[in-house]
Amino acid sequence: MEYLDLIFQETYKILFLLVPVLVSVAMIVWLDRRVWAFVQKRQGPNVVGPFGLLQSLADALKYIFKEIIIPASSNKIIFILAPIITMTLALIAWAVIPFGVDQVLADINVGILYIFAVSSLGVYGIIMGGWASNSKYPFLGSIRSAAQMVSYEVSIGIIIINVLLCVGSLNLSDIVLAQKDMWFVIPLFPMFVIFFISALAETNRPPFDLPEAEAELVAGYQTEYSGMMYAMFWLGEYANILLMCALGSILFLGGWLSPIEVYPFNLIPGALWLIFKILFLFILFALVKAIVPRYRYDQLMRLGWKIFLPLSLTYVVLTASYLFYFNLLPIN
Amino acid sequence: MKISRFLKTIFMTDFIGGLFIATKELFKSKKTINYPFEKGKISPRFRGEHALRRYPNGEERCIACKLCEAVCPAQAITIESSQRSDGSRKTTRYDIDMMKCIYCGLCEESCPVDAIVQGPNFEFSTETREELYYTKEKLLDNGDRWENILAANIKSDNPYR
Repeated sequence: MEYLDLIFQETYKILFLLVPVLVSVAMIVWLDRRVWAFVQKRQGPNVVGPFGLLQSLADALKYIFKEIIIPASSNKIIFILAPIITMTLALIAWAVIPFGVDQVLADINVGILYIFAVSSLGVYGIIMGGWASNSKYPFLGSIRSAAQMVSYEVSIGIIIINVLLCVGSLNLSDIVLAQKDMWFVIPLFPMFVIFFISALAETNRPPFDLPEAEAELVAGYQTEYSGMMYAMFWLGEYANILLMCALGSILFLGGWLSPIEVYPFNLIPGALWLIFKILFLFILFALVKAIVPRYRYDQLMRLGWKIFLPLSLTYVVLTASYLFYFNLLPIN
Repeated sequence: MKISRFLKTIFMTDFIGGLFIATKELFKSKKTINYPFEKGKISPRFRGEHALRRYPNGEERCIACKLCEAVCPAQAITIESSQRSDGSRKTTRYDIDMMKCIYCGLCEESCPVDAIVQGPNFEFSTETREELYYTKEKLLDNGDRWENILAANIKSDNPYR
């Protein structure tokens, strides 16, 4: 009886996290399209529900009722597994995101490592989808996508090392609490910029949306997918974007901490601050989508390996030397 | 690479400028309209759905001269006529195949009595082809429905003809 209680308790906890995440994924898809439209002086989706807020719901319903087409020459098991993996991996990473003091589903010691591992696994969904489709455009698209994600993960990893040097812990709550005096965006500003750009590349957002370069590759690894399976790729993609925004706000923008510890700002709960920060980063994502042209593939690789990697490595050395010289290293 | 260009690249000045412009445009008024709910302004010369007009006393204007039938480049108009008991020549049949019509406006131009006109209505899509074979009744009905706007349009365009 006791373990049954435990199972139910944990399930409620998970649902309490998962449902808001899924709803906000639907909302940010709307927000993304709306911001994109506004920059181009269009109206954007505004018909379904108030301000078009329910547009994503309508889209999802449409996807659910569409036929799922599985190509005859595809590897059926892997073909079906790929979108499931993409979406699951995008969602399970949320388990360690802290929304406030002790407001976290799994308060594990290696939270940042866990997120990093899960987001690295995300490439499998894409490469499996491209491989199992057994046709040329999805295959080329998935190879590009895999190469891109792997390259930018390297620089994201090194940027995270920068932050970890200042914190001395891999726990995400500790990382947030270490920013009590000063958000890391101030001393590590160049790293924040590189993190933002790498996050764009990591989540296949413009200007790095090469896997889906429609002029060359139709729709990349998603070409053969239809109906709910396509929608799951799409959900996973946006859940990943949201996760990257959350990670950015936790690593650099002080997570749930309010910007200034004075009276009216103290009253706003921490979770709301985190949501504001995620939204701010996401609107930046959406604005970038509206203003930049797509990179060429070799430019993308050059940027990742020849510029971001050396820059972030140099900054690791600088941060470490600074902390060591002034005896500021956090030692637990 | 020039030093200024290098600095520009490092500090991403172009990108940040673009970001500011995008943020500014974000709050400006939209150039598009909510089409089915609000509609754009159209010119009095707009060549939309056809209509056959009547005189204020209810008599139809068309005198079956068949100029429109002759001038129609798509040969979309079919007219048959006969003499009425009061001696006037009227159409017994006035069909326009709206799928053949290219909306050039030559029928309207050629009409000596302003009977056939093209109105401002452009939302007359149908689900079957049959509904787009317009008969005389349908055209006269259109004329009755849009008469106010048609008359105003012809009047406002008159000085330029």
